[in-house]
Amino acid sequence: MSSPFQYAPAPESRSIVDIAPSYGLFIDGEFVDGTGEAFKTVNPATEEVLTEVSAGSAADVDRAVAAARRAFTRTWGPMRPADRGKYLFRIARLLQERAREFAVLESLDNGKPIRESRDVDIPLAAAHFFYHAGWADKLDFAGLGPNPRPLGVAGQVIPWNFPMLMLAWKVAPALATGNTVVLKPAETTPLTALLFAEICQQADLPPGVVNIVTGAGDTGRAVVEHGDVDKVAFTGSTEVGKSIARAVAGTRKSLTLELGGKAANIVFDDAPIDQAVEGIVQGIFFNQGHVCCAGSRLLVQENIHDEVIASLQRRIGTLRVGDPLDKNTDIGAINSAEQLARIRELSDYGEAEGANRWQPACDLPDRGYWFPPTVFTDVSPAHRIAREEVFGPVLSVLTFRTPDEAVAKANNSTYGLSAGIWTEKGSRILKIADQLRAGVVWANTFNKFDPTSPFGGYKQSGYGREGGRHGLTGYLKGVTHS
Amino acid sequence: MTHVLDPDALPDEARALMAPPPPYDDVTRSDAAFRAFLHGLPGVDQVGAEARVAMLGTRSIKTTAKAWAIDTAISMVDLTTLEGADTPGKVRSLATKAKRPDPGDPTAPQVAAVCIYGDLAGVAVETLAGTGIHVAAVATAFPSGRASRAVKIADVQDAVANGADEIDMVIDRGAFLSGRYLDVFEEIVAVKEACARPGQDPAHLKVILETGELVTLDNVRRASWLAMLAGGDFIKTSTGKISPAATLPVCLVMLEAVRDFRAATGRQIGVKPAGGIRTTKDAMKHLVLVNETAGPDWLTPDWFRLGASSLLNDLLLQRQKLRTGHYSGPDYVTVD
Repeated sequence: MSSPFQYAPAPESRSIVDIAPSYGLFIDGEFVDGTGEAFKTVNPATEEVLTEVSAGSAADVDRAVAAARRAFTRTWGPMRPADRGKYLFRIARLLQERAREFAVLESLDNGKPIRESRDVDIPLAAAHFFYHAGWADKLDFAGLGPNPRPLGVAGQVIPWNFPMLMLAWKVAPALATGNTVVLKPAETTPLTALLFAEICQQADLPPGVVNIVTGAGDTGRAVVEHGDVDKVAFTGSTEVGKSIARAVAGTRKSLTLELGGKAANIVFDDAPIDQAVEGIVQGIFFNQGHVCCAGSRLLVQENIHDEVIASLQRRIGTLRVGDPLDKNTDIGAINSAEQLARIRELSDYGEAEGANRWQPACDLPDRGYWFPPTVFTDVSPAHRIAREEVFGPVLSVLTFRTPDEAVAKANNSTYGLSAGIWTEKGSRILKIADQLRAGVVWANTFNKFDPTSPFGGYKQSGYGREGGRHGLTGYLKGVTHS
Repeated sequence: MTHVLDPDALPDEARALMAPPPPYDDVTRSDAAFRAFLHGLPGVDQVGAEARVAMLGTRSIKTTAKAWAIDTAISMVDLTTLEGADTPGKVRSLATKAKRPDPGDPTAPQVAAVCIYGDLAGVAVETLAGTGIHVAAVATAFPSGRASRAVKIADVQDAVANGADEIDMVIDRGAFLSGRYLDVFEEIVAVKEACARPGQDPAHLKVILETGELVTLDNVRRASWLAMLAGGDFIKTSTGKISPAATLPVCLVMLEAVRDFRAATGRQIGVKPAGGIRTTKDAMKHLVLVNETAGPDWLTPDWFRLGASSLLNDLLLQRQKLRTGHYSGPDYVTVD
């Protein structure tokens, strides 16, 4: 149905960002040329090349780790905790001041809608710095033991789905606990991390406390395997996570892994249906489904299946897919050609295995990487789309008849990162949440994040927690785990 | 048929008079059945509803979309005065403004209706003759609704006799909150009957839920369904005499109700948020809500109204701004 109310284009201006023709690495407080081969980063919505970025070689990583070690021993480590807190507060405020610049750059490099980078990614990133700034001088009172001490140099590798937010999740707790960092942003989304390097300069952060080394898998491996790194923190695919676990095994390094997921979003027949439908949409189409905790398996009680699917399809019909910089866009571009190919492959499998594919009528731009919001019904737990992480806007719908069956099906996954429960019955929420093997369980909401709340997984979704008091322990030694 | 499980079921003949449309034609057979039906509607999660309207509130309506939205909003206004101090002169001046909201610009659309007390409906009818602008009269012991049914019906009949072609009634919130849903239902049915006009279509019935007194969104959903089943042509949020009046989450729930009601019965019901909508931005947020909740079928004055008084001038100022490129000021719109 075409509406007489057509929203005119409302593009956010990109003139606020100033992208240099090429970028080096950020080591010891300065931008330096990398010795590896430079690579290009593109705008996935248009395939336009945005800029060229240095790839860090093993030698570059070595310099970065040495700078981080120096800073740990000479400045950041010995610094009064309250002063470390001041730097973090300063960074948080600068992030807020330059929020629009970060949001536009994030949408350009990643393809996510400006509404999300503006209202979610960047405000949450700033919130993480504010939150951890507060902890910096209170670690003795965090209930983690009498004398928590930093580990030293943290090597951190982050994904492309929330580039700036994942940076904040990694850098803020590491610095608040007195560690220094060498961070490798994802190959396809390095730009906000490099802008963050400017923030570090602007905040007068001592050289070497934060080092940013761009590059692909080899650079990441060099960071993870470096002998003078005390802590490895990784967010990304389970496959890479496993290889990191192997590489770190037998060393003195401590490790935090935040990997994939195949979350069950469970809708009971006494759920607030309209809000549940919103939650399903938010659960799987937020950030094009490039979310490790995405609610990619909808478990809906069989007696309301048809009603929920009809409402869901009507609602998906109103989603606005297109220009990420348009303020009214709900779904932006898939981050890379590689990811698009994977989404297509798994969706084709879904159809071949007998599930029913449904997509709304929607015009996709001619250039760039795009995939329409997709719902598979008649999915069986044996189908690949019910078991493997698609990491795209693809929802698999399964049904259940009783609460026990819902729990059994929800837990029947090699992952265990997140889950959702939709019911108006409070006692049921508590009971089911207790039975679900997932690190985060949302009740009557989905994909809500807060720096005070620990985030992390069970099973192949990884180990360790980020955020909250729990998240501090991953960067401290001498702590008592409660 | 006797409902063996329902000792308090109404006799068949009483039900036939006021049967809701199928498939809901037997839900009002008894207090117990009606209560079970209304309480069986899916609940509303307030946090989720607020998050949804907050997200829709970020829609950026610019240029051509803004121009369309402003003119559409003007054409949906029920221009309202509901004061004890209302006089024929005040109503005439309001009706005159309704016909030509912007004296300096004949392209500005006229509003949908003027909304007044029933005793002054005749004055409005006279001023608006031949314009197509409706005359809406509040009735049924507005705004409290605290009077006997006979008084309320007489109030409606009086307004209809004075020429009102739309009746804005209030529900009995006391009865609703004490769980006497069938009483509320019967009263709406009775008012609807009193809207009859010999030789013409009956006056349009807008049912004011006074959501500020119902408080919860679950109650808003139940009251919406109750009013629709009873034959209301429109469901309206508020009298404007209670705060909060129209809010976006309330309007969202009501739009979901009319959407679901049409899907189930085939009957389309209008929605009128009223009270507290003062700025163009407020109006546009409501239009976005309509567009993305009930759908474009509701984007006409036949199915969506904005009950307001000061809103019209803000819409006109924004309209002038869009046309001339600069803001004028309060002296460039009329005071009524």
